[in-house]
Amino acid sequence: MGIPYSQKVIEHFVNPRNVGKIENPDAKATEGSPACGDMVRIYLKIDEKTKRIEDIKFESYGCASNIATASITTELAKGKTIDEAKKITWKEAADALGGLPPVKVHCAVLAVDALKTAIENYENQHGLIVNKKPTDEKKVRERLEHVIDPRTGLDVIRSKLVQEIDVKDGIVTIKVDMEKEHQFAGNVESELKERIEPLWDVKEVRVVFNKS
Amino acid sequence: MNYVYLDNGASTRVDPIVLKEMIKYMDEVYGVASSQFSHQPGIMARDSLEKAREIIKAGLNIREGELVFTSGGTEANNMAIKGVAFESEKRRKILVSGVEHYSVLHSARSLEIHGFEVITIPVDGDGVIDLEWLEKNIDDNTLLVSVQHSNHEVGTVQPIEEIVKFAKRVGAIVHTDAAYSFGWIPIDVEKLGVDLLTITGHKIHGPKGIGGLYIKKGTPIKKWMDGGYNEFDMRGGTENIPGAVGMAKAFELMTEEEVERVRSMRDYLKERLLSIEDTHLNGSEKNRHPANLNVTFDYIEGESVVLHLDMRGIGVITGSACFSRSLEPSHILMAMGKTHEHAHGSVRYSFGRFNKKEELDYVFEQTEVVVRKLREMSPLKGGK
Repeated sequence: MGIPYSQKVIEHFVNPRNVGKIENPDAKATEGSPACGDMVRIYLKIDEKTKRIEDIKFESYGCASNIATASITTELAKGKTIDEAKKITWKEAADALGGLPPVKVHCAVLAVDALKTAIENYENQHGLIVNKKPTDEKKVRERLEHVIDPRTGLDVIRSKLVQEIDVKDGIVTIKVDMEKEHQFAGNVESELKERIEPLWDVKEVRVVFNKS
Repeated sequence: MNYVYLDNGASTRVDPIVLKEMIKYMDEVYGVASSQFSHQPGIMARDSLEKAREIIKAGLNIREGELVFTSGGTEANNMAIKGVAFESEKRRKILVSGVEHYSVLHSARSLEIHGFEVITIPVDGDGVIDLEWLEKNIDDNTLLVSVQHSNHEVGTVQPIEEIVKFAKRVGAIVHTDAAYSFGWIPIDVEKLGVDLLTITGHKIHGPKGIGGLYIKKGTPIKKWMDGGYNEFDMRGGTENIPGAVGMAKAFELMTEEEVERVRSMRDYLKERLLSIEDTHLNGSEKNRHPANLNVTFDYIEGESVVLHLDMRGIGVITGSACFSRSLEPSHILMAMGKTHEHAHGSVRYSFGRFNKKEELDYVFEQTEVVVRKLREMSPLKGGK
């Protein structure tokens, strides 16, 4: 028994494809957080007419399988239309790598989720939502389940960091159980905003901290 | 270049001198260490076992009948903690630090279902236990305090003598896990004042499968393993004579000069690694095991570092969650109040006799390349 990674995982880990940033991307999304030890950010450049992914890049903070799954996901998505790319599953990404050790499967989920969220952000901002349901508390909650509380490693809903969500006239107010002076306050604020602002009918996101 | 093994804190290569010594006790002297009225092979075996015991006792200032051989550090820790607990009639409180080896932590926790209360002694950012807290919380219900001599992951050496001072006031027993210190840091059990002390053979270029427990005369402790009357009737089972002989030989080879040579290699790499931007030393700078180096590289994750270095012929480990079977970050760094992120970026370089000064520039250069490569692809670089 050697190292529990396939040759393909190792190959993508050593020579990851499409690493880096895209300046002025058409969409981007981050999944995971430093607190869980895994974080992937995906940047997209999308052709406005054909809706094809012209360029895709990723940044990764994570283990070998995190880097490898992000790399393969960008390869699978590049050149596809956003509708096609949305259908890529974590299973496809893992299979394309020749499989992943069971404890590392979440890495594939993370990379594919980042791609999906980035596409969803794009759709929201380009009026491509077919079923234009107005953003409500439920939708906000769903999205925030992907934001990690840096103090606990749990998502901000489960960790009860997010106390109240209010949606009114395109303004989303999120009350959090944290003081403005907390070392992670700035971090939390920008991550919550990044997650909600792309929604098509959201004009502003306000994060309200505890009074100290 | 040969593979550069820097995971000696986990285990070491058996020194050829040790190995040569041990072989004799497998193919020539193979009797059991039986009574003085036995046959010649048995008496020879007994004499060699006792000679090995003498060497270790002399080095640690242990008296007659106070050193029991075990199968290693883990067994010795189990024996110390459970043995003391099951012999206790009244006292129910056990204090252990949060940075202990799992064999101490899990032994202590296993006693909770038997009605013992296990309380964690807090440590500071360097991993040093909070003596003030201990002084306040130790009381006449405290049965045992178990704090390691030095930490296997971050190298911090604990103020054991101070712990003993507080424990004596209330009549508590003190155990220290010196598995990593044994041979590396001078130990005098009398001066230290502990009642129980764990040692092991394989972190000083001795064999695996052998260790020992110092049990100060009069310490109330239950016989650990039922069997014959071996090891002063504390542990049944045929003695591991090749192991004991090997451990003693390895211990003899750990001269002051040898330790200083390793320490200077460690210091050299420490200095070089800390010159990399946003790199932090984990563990105490001052009170530190001579062969341990543990650093955190910000913005990156340790498993990636370890794999990249392995491909470049360098063997190290990390406290990252991605590296562990449990997907939990190092409990030691977490107990020290570090963030998950800090633990994920931690890498341990632990030295041994067979490391060479010439290899260290290569280790530094490769580490620097890997850290740069991973930072370039990290969304955290530039740090929020």
